[in-house]
Amino acid sequence: MTSFALYPLAGVVVLTIGLWGLVTRPHLLTKVLAFNLTATGASLVLVGLAARPEGGTDPVPQAMVLTGIVVAVSATALALALIARLSRVDPGAVESSD
Amino acid sequence: MLGPPELGWLVVAPVFGAVLAFLLRGRSWPLVVLFGSVTAATVGGLVPSIADLLRFGPLHYRVSGWGAPLGIELALDGLSAAFLLTTLVVVATATVYALGSLRPAANAPATPSAPISEGPQAGTFWPLWLLLWAGLNALFLSADLFNIYVALELVGLAGVALVATAGGLSALRAAIRYFFANGAASMVFLTGVALVYHAHGTLDLALLATRVAPGPTLSTALALMSAGLMLKAALFPLHPWLPTAHAVAPAPVSALLSALVVKAPVYLLLRLWLDSFRPLAGDPAFTLLGTLGALGMIWGSSQAIRSERLKTLVAYSTVAQVGLLLAAFPIVASAGTWIGIVFLAVGHALAKAAMFLASGGIAAAYGHDRIREMTGFGVRQPLCMYAFGIAGMSLVGIPGTAGFVGKWLLTTAGLSGPAAPWVAVVALSTLFTAGYVWRVLAVAVRSAPTPSGDLAVARLQSWPALLLALLTILLGVAPNLLGEIASVGIPSGPGGTMP
Repeated sequence: MTSFALYPLAGVVVLTIGLWGLVTRPHLLTKVLAFNLTATGASLVLVGLAARPEGGTDPVPQAMVLTGIVVAVSATALALALIARLSRVDPGAVESSD
Repeated sequence: MLGPPELGWLVVAPVFGAVLAFLLRGRSWPLVVLFGSVTAATVGGLVPSIADLLRFGPLHYRVSGWGAPLGIELALDGLSAAFLLTTLVVVATATVYALGSLRPAANAPATPSAPISEGPQAGTFWPLWLLLWAGLNALFLSADLFNIYVALELVGLAGVALVATAGGLSALRAAIRYFFANGAASMVFLTGVALVYHAHGTLDLALLATRVAPGPTLSTALALMSAGLMLKAALFPLHPWLPTAHAVAPAPVSALLSALVVKAPVYLLLRLWLDSFRPLAGDPAFTLLGTLGALGMIWGSSQAIRSERLKTLVAYSTVAQVGLLLAAFPIVASAGTWIGIVFLAVGHALAKAAMFLASGGIAAAYGHDRIREMTGFGVRQPLCMYAFGIAGMSLVGIPGTAGFVGKWLLTTAGLSGPAAPWVAVVALSTLFTAGYVWRVLAVAVRSAPTPSGDLAVARLQSWPALLLALLTILLGVAPNLLGEIASVGIPSGPGGTMP
């Protein structure tokens, strides 16, 4: 049981750390990293739960994680593009979110 | 019943359009042709599908013949058809407005930020606009939770980027804030989806409804998905990202965001709570949802009444109206009046888009949107005032409007049952809404100290708003137009009669 629960639970922990960072950290780049942690955590939950007790893995969650990775990469690119533009308008604004 | 393949056009046409719009780089006349074609394809996909829906009941369509689990299935029932039609109408009218702002009125004062469709952003605005449309259509057609997640991401990312097209520091800050709220919500939702798949081995909403077995895993899953959706819907207390984003975005973008983008998670909450996962959602959960909704209604309204700027007022009104929709969930749960909440949601979408477009027209003419300094705008811009006023009446729930039909159905169904306290919330919202709508109209009709005379508003920036406002009256006078479509395949029966 333990080995099956370990990965999904670790995923939940990583997700929680990411959410915590998103709420508490003012620096925008730190927030982007925190957002990436949430994405990684969610993926880990998906893949972790794909393990079958009788051995082998379920391919469907893996396909979902692939899509999820593509989405997370595009989202990160958008966030970085917005932050880069912000830093050109007001360089100080990147260090605090309000 | 197998649906017609034209159903896929609803997603394919705007995606193709987005690619072409990117190549056109914001040139005006080709864009008009492009939007005409995409709209025609969407109408061509939706109309025969709805005809089939009325004849045969809910439809299913397997894209390219690939079924679940790896293929993509589209589904159309009354609820999704109602939202797809609303999306079509709102996007088409807002597009006319946005194309109209390609040529601002000759003597209009220069606005602080360059017109969206002309400045350096022009090349990116139109592709994003079309991607947002594709995402919304995909979301309302999706039959399984993972596709819904992907569609939510498409809608969210396009929405964030569109907010940023307003240009300037405040728009960028608002867009970034919106991005993080939206991204966190997506990942929490996705974790919930993972748990659902683990518990039931399927993500197909129709299959899930037959398999749902209450247990801790599924309760956690529903809680996570709901938390993500509530953040995306800006339900109190998760709303702070919304007023800034919706207020700084260009007017047609605000119209889409407030009318449709926050409505998408509400639609999903309806699906999950009152359809697929109905056995799981008990009374305490509905009480929590309704309480948050009621608080959001009160908080959003009180902020709207106090707003200094017109667009901020309209944005806070969205927080209030989303709250009202959620406060109506317990009524639907106990009395089964789906149609009531559909009218409330569709009525709000039309009215709110009309209000944002009208505010955009007013702001374009004045060069600002400070409510205090637009005294007498009703005389100078009668069309915008009528649009705002009629839309406001629908939000309040004056008889003869879509808002009234929704509130009437919910009230008559809920009054005699255990949901009576929630009916009181619906009644209260009428008073609150009247407060902030009246505040704007009072400014509009007060005689102006500034020189009077017509203020230039491009015709394409005032008529779309009025058209949307008049549609709320059409639905109020002839509710069966929407009611007959929306009630196909509704799980708990039509419930409640048309007034």
